[in-house]
Amino acid sequence: MGMDLKGSSFEGWRRENGRMGVRNHVVVLPVDDLSNAAAEAVANNIKGAMAIPHAYGRLQFGADLDLHFRTLIGTGTNPNVAAVIVIGIEPGWTGKIVEGIAASGKPVEGFAIEQNGDINTIASASRAAYRMVKHASRLKKVKAPLVELWVSTKCGESDTTSGLASCPTVGNAFDKLWEAGHTLVFGETTELTGGEHLVAARCRTPEIRQQFQAMFDRYQGVIEANKTSDLSDSQPTKGNIEGGLTTIEEKALGNIQKIGKKCLVDGVLDKAEAPTGSGLWFMDSSSAAAEMVTLCAASGYAVHFFPTGQGNVIGNPILPVIKLTANPRTQRTMSEHIDVDVTGLLQKRMNMDEAGEALLDCMLRTADGELTAAELLGHREFSLTRLYESA
Amino acid sequence: MTIHFVVHDEGDSVGVVVVEGLSASNRINGWVMDQDKMIEFDAKSDIPIGHKLAIRPIKAGDTIIKYGVDIGKAVADIAAGEHLHVHNVKTKRW
Repeated sequence: MGMDLKGSSFEGWRRENGRMGVRNHVVVLPVDDLSNAAAEAVANNIKGAMAIPHAYGRLQFGADLDLHFRTLIGTGTNPNVAAVIVIGIEPGWTGKIVEGIAASGKPVEGFAIEQNGDINTIASASRAAYRMVKHASRLKKVKAPLVELWVSTKCGESDTTSGLASCPTVGNAFDKLWEAGHTLVFGETTELTGGEHLVAARCRTPEIRQQFQAMFDRYQGVIEANKTSDLSDSQPTKGNIEGGLTTIEEKALGNIQKIGKKCLVDGVLDKAEAPTGSGLWFMDSSSAAAEMVTLCAASGYAVHFFPTGQGNVIGNPILPVIKLTANPRTQRTMSEHIDVDVTGLLQKRMNMDEAGEALLDCMLRTADGELTAAELLGHREFSLTRLYESA
Repeated sequence: MTIHFVVHDEGDSVGVVVVEGLSASNRINGWVMDQDKMIEFDAKSDIPIGHKLAIRPIKAGDTIIKYGVDIGKAVADIAAGEHLHVHNVKTKRW
């Protein structure tokens, strides 16, 4: 007897744009690398404010700049965020990001460092952060139907146990969530190589199949144009190979287990693009864990499923990352990183439905506020995807 | 009974070792997931957890099947029960 997803609810924060969040962060978002120091100083001054430093934001142009803005605006707009302080070196791009986040109705204020200096900027931004944290701490949780919870997935440091058990566990949960009408996403374009025909066959319409195939082919073109070998030093990764994965095809077939047996691909997304409806979305994305999870957060997802084999320790500043493993050595040596232990699957002590239910149960507890392993350990990886060199 | 290795589908060329410390000459139990049946085997190599063993004899050039799907090609002959990994199997892509 499975969980009644359609009759379930969770308690979270309803944001100005109607979306439901499961965390109530006040973030200090630098526009560029130069503003990290000020952002971190503000977060240090005001307890409950969190800086999200990163490495980019200068001299980017074209589609790469669009992606930078889309990712930062999406991060600020994510429903797990209550309010945002934006700090940039100059007011132009700072204003663009403030405006983008403000469109969601969320409280946001921007500060530029030039003609103020770090110290005055930190003072002004700290006063604003003080007000915002006070505001956020007053917001009350409300009950909402579970279907309003958006769930993303991406796996990492995969090994053969990922394809055997932890990825199919996500697949089992995704099948149930998809049938209940949730908004879901997967991606990792290159890590479908060898199994792309299986994903194509799951696309709901010929148009979606064509869009998916175009994204897949474009990314293969990037690999072909830039590779200097058969990529056996990068894909599978050294960790994947240590874990027993031999080829990209084998890795991909394990990866694809995350979309279960029933889900259809209902649409495709560009990086950090927000879905326009419910269903399972494919995001054309990097397969690097922190980049992909950062993009999921920027698209508005509220909880993330992360199967691991060898023990990827990733977290995200605003998106709770729920980790599961089926590898008994990883569970034995790194249990503080694992939220859901599905090692029993490989000894037939647990069946796939039970594993899927255990993951959904953890998802519900996380949505209601229980902290994940990555949150407890302070993992806040925030990695922006770059498309090409700066101008 | 301990399951030492797991096979996705009975048509596959390989199984995955799911216990630590498997040694050559161990008699090992395998679980074929899709058909839910058990098979027995003699390990021919020391095989680390997560790594694969061939469950049938393979010749250089043969396609390796896992999940019922092509995952690459053998670049050396591989005996049944032997460790199968990057030293004897390569991708057909890239």
